[in-house]
Amino acid sequence: MNAISRDTAIDWRHVGTIDDIPAQGARCVTNGAMTIAVFRTADDRVFALEDKCPHRNGPLSQGIVHDGCVTCPLHNWVISLETGAAQGADEGRTASFPIRLDGRDIYLNLTA
Amino acid sequence: MTKQKLVIIGNGMAPGRMLEHLFDLAPDAFDVTIFNAEPRVNYDRIMLSPVLSGEKSFDDIVIHDDAWYAARNIALHKGHKVVAIDRDARTVTSAGGITAAYDKLVVATGSNPFIIPVPGHTLPGVLAYRDLDDVEGMTRAAAAGGRAVVIGGGLLGLEAAAGLKAQGMDVTVLHLMPTLMERQLDPAAGYLLQKELESRGIEVICGANTKAIHGQEKVEQVELEDGTLIDASLVVMAVGIRPNTQLARDAGLEVQRGIVTDSAMRTSDPDIFSVGECVEVDCRVYGLVAPLYQMAKVAATHLAGASDAAFAHAETPTKLKVTGVNLYSVGEFGDGPGFEDIVLRDANRGTYKRIILKNNKVIGTVLYGDVADGTWYNEFLKSGEDVSALRDTLIFGQARQGTGAADPLAAIANLSDDAEICGCNGICKGTIVNAIRDKGLSTLAEVRAHTKASASCGTCTGLVEGVMALTLGDQFAKKAEGMCGCTDLGHGDVRRLIVAKGLKSIPAVMQELEWKTSGGCAKCRPALNYYLLSDWPGEYRDDQQSRFINERVHANIQKDGTYSVVPRMWGGMTSSDELRAIANVVDKFNIPDVKVTGGQRIDLLGVRKEDLPAVWEDLNKAGMVSGHAYAKGLRTVKTCVGSTWCRFGTQDSTGLGIKLEKFLWGSWTPAKVKLAVTGCPRNCAEATCKDIGVICVDSGYQIVYGGAAGLHIQGTTELGTVKTEEEVIEIAGAVTQMYREQGFYLERIYKWAERVGYDTVKAAILDDLDSRRAYYERFVHSQKFSQSDPWSERVSGVDKHEFKPLAVFGDAPATATTVTEPAE
Repeated sequence: MNAISRDTAIDWRHVGTIDDIPAQGARCVTNGAMTIAVFRTADDRVFALEDKCPHRNGPLSQGIVHDGCVTCPLHNWVISLETGAAQGADEGRTASFPIRLDGRDIYLNLTA
Repeated sequence: MTKQKLVIIGNGMAPGRMLEHLFDLAPDAFDVTIFNAEPRVNYDRIMLSPVLSGEKSFDDIVIHDDAWYAARNIALHKGHKVVAIDRDARTVTSAGGITAAYDKLVVATGSNPFIIPVPGHTLPGVLAYRDLDDVEGMTRAAAAGGRAVVIGGGLLGLEAAAGLKAQGMDVTVLHLMPTLMERQLDPAAGYLLQKELESRGIEVICGANTKAIHGQEKVEQVELEDGTLIDASLVVMAVGIRPNTQLARDAGLEVQRGIVTDSAMRTSDPDIFSVGECVEVDCRVYGLVAPLYQMAKVAATHLAGASDAAFAHAETPTKLKVTGVNLYSVGEFGDGPGFEDIVLRDANRGTYKRIILKNNKVIGTVLYGDVADGTWYNEFLKSGEDVSALRDTLIFGQARQGTGAADPLAAIANLSDDAEICGCNGICKGTIVNAIRDKGLSTLAEVRAHTKASASCGTCTGLVEGVMALTLGDQFAKKAEGMCGCTDLGHGDVRRLIVAKGLKSIPAVMQELEWKTSGGCAKCRPALNYYLLSDWPGEYRDDQQSRFINERVHANIQKDGTYSVVPRMWGGMTSSDELRAIANVVDKFNIPDVKVTGGQRIDLLGVRKEDLPAVWEDLNKAGMVSGHAYAKGLRTVKTCVGSTWCRFGTQDSTGLGIKLEKFLWGSWTPAKVKLAVTGCPRNCAEATCKDIGVICVDSGYQIVYGGAAGLHIQGTTELGTVKTEEEVIEIAGAVTQMYREQGFYLERIYKWAERVGYDTVKAAILDDLDSRRAYYERFVHSQKFSQSDPWSERVSGVDKHEFKPLAVFGDAPATATTVTEPAE
């Protein structure tokens, strides 16, 4: 009952509501062996990235969220929430996942 | 041609507007019957606030009076709530027993206010803010006087609060979120709004979670989750609305969050339309009037005949209808990837302007104080025009746009030499230019010192800097060394201004000190959070999201994302019971590594985040608390065994170390603080490389400070020698407090002391007894709010969300914690 079928090719999973995540914070979704970090910005938008910094695999879900980015807690790389790309002089990219907000409900696309 | 029968359920603003369009387009197409649950005609609901504040009467806000309905032969059943739609028979029936047949039906049931189901929500004196009955209820309550508590700091709640205040009540607004109107305003504008309301005598409590409403026969008190009790003779709930869909649902129409329609406003039954707040169209529901009027127009067009009119989503600007409060917001206003901010703050005027761009297009704006250009920015938002060419001057508004005047310096270059730059001191451009040239000035501080330009109120600082840039060219380096890219102010300026201006929240600092970003960054937010915590003990609420992860989850993150856990061992002393409890925890949670630290305690390495609360619970049960091994705060007090055991020991160094640790633990400091107490000058506890060290001697205690043994190695400097343990404790508290008040975030004690001067510290802490006492007392006061074990708080449920995944799919990964009971 988690899946809602808008397009059968897309596996939208209900993962919770936006109220489950603190503003400027993140929570994790585990999908098999992979952990996906779901972020909530100050203005209630949500983003999903694999919970792995492209630098040394730091858990991005534990970082400080600011200006559409998250700062990795291990070595302060700054990662774009939308694209997963490292900002500034650093180079690298974390996988990002389509995510949808329907009212307060968050749906994550696990097929990507 | 016989007229068709049109029945409308609901008589709010949307169906009212729809009828106006319909009678314009096809005056003779329908016989119209309206059922209205409210016993009155169609009135302008969005003008209820001026009615509440007394600025308008009900008659002023009537849209269609009885004559209007009569002239159009409309049968209006006032006070008749429809209870059933029979789609097969094509009739509707009201609670009063009236049945009407339809060819076309419009469902416009609107929305219901959401009432939080806290205990006491049904008591007399608890009202929503939705219709004229609510307003009349509030007006009656206001006449009796007392305090009104408004729950909800959104648009409606704040209008209700302002109206009740105008009616003479004392008013408290409770808002669950950290800043007001967070759906429409960013924290900076929310802060300005709060300040304005507070200056009008409205009390605003953000982060307030209502627990219960108390009263015998009617409302008497509101209780918050934190136990605060607020007297109240009236409670207004304005926390949101829910589309009123029950009737449509019962009739078998498709309903999601609202009654689902297509872009022609048709429900799943082609003869039934729906308009207003009850509608869900293209997965959205609406509460502001502009889109509802658009729905009305679309529905009218389709009722009047074949049409391709379609409802399309558009951003609607928000304005607050409180006299004298100017705010405007439209579109996106948060931070997001690819978003670029242009921010202009004027702290003296209390204005804030922010334009949000993406790919050189305006996607949103938030204006406070000066809203004159709101519609102009909204034009850019609607048109999607590329604003690259205007970018440098866009924020100054439409009036400041010259033809091709893209260079903000051009305006200053065009000024004549006798144009006044600084109004306070009457300084002209020529005076500044001459001073710069003749005296070789190159910094703003020098220009202020020599000419007084911008030295008073400071609003002309930008102009003065512009004159300097024009005069000096490339030599003018405007940027001071700011604490981060968000501000040119250094840590010292920020700390001084927080106290001088009485700034008590992060949005307040960012607004008053004119931050260049809307929400700060990972560098400035933890620093500001510390400064506020240090300067306003008991008042400022710690912002968890502005803390580094270690301080947020009270453990140290390791390279693989697991955590290390270090329980406190007071003065480095432990016992068989504590060691057994630690051993049991290690076995129970399969903790891979156990290490003795340099600070005389035990580090459990490799604990999974989800296990932290359970690990803490077991340690708590054995009497152990957090060692704050992760904190910018007191870490350890290292001791030697002292006179208790050692043949050279001169004093009870272990006992004094424990006393110091029990006194100092829990306080937040600019950077970590480590102490040591050693029982004789042989210094086994290594006191001479600590932030604060105590060396016991026969005649008393020598206190040293400012040592470091990390990247930088430095021996301590002597502060002085005292005779009693009590004096040691008072001096340690005082010097810690002086460092807390003056240190820059991440600046260790030795760097702080070098910056302010070791002599200054000694004079304030050792020589001046009054000054020492005052620092000590401020420290003791601040400790009242910091000495609670963060582990036991979390064991009992604080920040639960930190330690659980949001959702789990598929096979969970092989878990490191196969829980096994320890062998006893």
